[in-house]
Amino acid sequence: MPTFEGYPRADGPPGVRNYVAVIPTSVATSPIADEIAAQTGENVRSTPHQMGSDPPAAAREQIERTLVGVGTNPNVGAALVVGLGTERIAAADIAEGIADAERTVETLTLREEGGTVATVDAGAALASDLWDEISDRSRVECDASELRFGVECGGSDATSGIASNPGVGAACDRLVEDGGTATFSETPEFIGAEHILADRCVDEEVRERLLDRVDLREATAELMGVDLRGAQPSPGNQEGGLTTIEEKSLGAISKGGTTPVRGIVDYAEELPVGGGLVLMDTPGYDVESVVGKVAGGAQVIAFTTGRGSTTGNPLAPVIKVTGNPKTAERLANNMDVDASTVIEGESLESVGDRIYEKLLSVASGERTAAEQRRLEEFAINELQPNELEKLRGGV
Amino acid sequence: MKGKVLGDLGLHMAADDNVVTAIVDAEAGATLPYEGTTVELPDDVQFGHKIALVPLEPGDDVLKYGEVIGQATETVAPGEWVHTHNMESKRGRGDIAAQAEAN
Repeated sequence: MPTFEGYPRADGPPGVRNYVAVIPTSVATSPIADEIAAQTGENVRSTPHQMGSDPPAAAREQIERTLVGVGTNPNVGAALVVGLGTERIAAADIAEGIADAERTVETLTLREEGGTVATVDAGAALASDLWDEISDRSRVECDASELRFGVECGGSDATSGIASNPGVGAACDRLVEDGGTATFSETPEFIGAEHILADRCVDEEVRERLLDRVDLREATAELMGVDLRGAQPSPGNQEGGLTTIEEKSLGAISKGGTTPVRGIVDYAEELPVGGGLVLMDTPGYDVESVVGKVAGGAQVIAFTTGRGSTTGNPLAPVIKVTGNPKTAERLANNMDVDASTVIEGESLESVGDRIYEKLLSVASGERTAAEQRRLEEFAINELQPNELEKLRGGV
Repeated sequence: MKGKVLGDLGLHMAADDNVVTAIVDAEAGATLPYEGTTVELPDDVQFGHKIALVPLEPGDDVLKYGEVIGQATETVAPGEWVHTHNMESKRGRGDIAAQAEAN
């Protein structure tokens, strides 16, 4: 059985990194979280975001689920939650959710602390203490079946569906065979390929749920009297040879491999351990989609790109895979795996083996290109008014 | 790589497909063999873009991966570049629904 060197956690599967997460509850304290992390060194990571202080109820639920999920990701050993003091999403509630997963957690509120400077000072001291508490954790041998592997694509072109996506898919198949969990998302990019996924669902319930989610995403465009063509495929995708959403989707779904679809979870909902291939219902924006999977517990992300992308994440290493030979050369500094070799004749199985080895190596501590450059985009998906209306049962 | 490379320039991903994907920057005049005939490119086609193997009429399905990826909007001759100028998506078309409502 393949293994990796990870950090065991009191609750849940092992981490592949050991960080203190500094989590703001709204946009108001995002710069403070960043400053606390900047002052306390590379083991302390902030998750700045743009959510407001009083979001509508259904949107709030998703934001809370995301913040708690981020704080309980296996790569997080301890967390500091920072609030302004009067948000509808209280720092104490987020901290309680994180503490439930047996992580040490502290909270700070700017209004109680006495302003920006005092909060940064107090936060830096608390974050340093939290780091001292978890810094002696060491890596031990862990089973690959304890990995939740999130796969994502961005800046797709025609090579994505030919090389990088099926290559990552072959790695997902190996992980699933070894007992782990693989997940991919971006529901708008199932449109035109949903019949293939539906045929692979393990039962009727999963199948119906999947098709409902795809209908909902397609209907969102139809309700607004517009079509997807303005945004899907994006102008960059089109320059790269992708003409329609169907074509993009058929290439995109291959990144999840070929095993049965065992379930579909909501944005940022916890992913099962040892769960096989599970989909997550997310929008098509890659940064938000990666964060949804990290909040769902993914310890490592593979990110395929044709045109080139530099996206990383503060808490989970992101492995960049390209199938485009020009991108492999021009963006060599931002890429981890060159899958463009498929076009010259390397088998998908062989590329999948290389990606699986990279996954285990990165899980054991090898730094990805995005980590070396501290590229750490973070954004939370905010439910839009038309989606909220759907959730309330209207329309 | 799934599929078969025709004439060292076009990847035919599934037997039913009526387009291939250029795996090089293909130049006008280049040819590829298809079902006993020779398909000649009237224009350059960039790496990653699609080339028709058979004549297409407006409304004809375009197939890649052995699946429908949209429909032709113009008459397309074998060897021609197939992209947003002569084909379109059949899905997520709120514009069509809105037009039907207006009529």
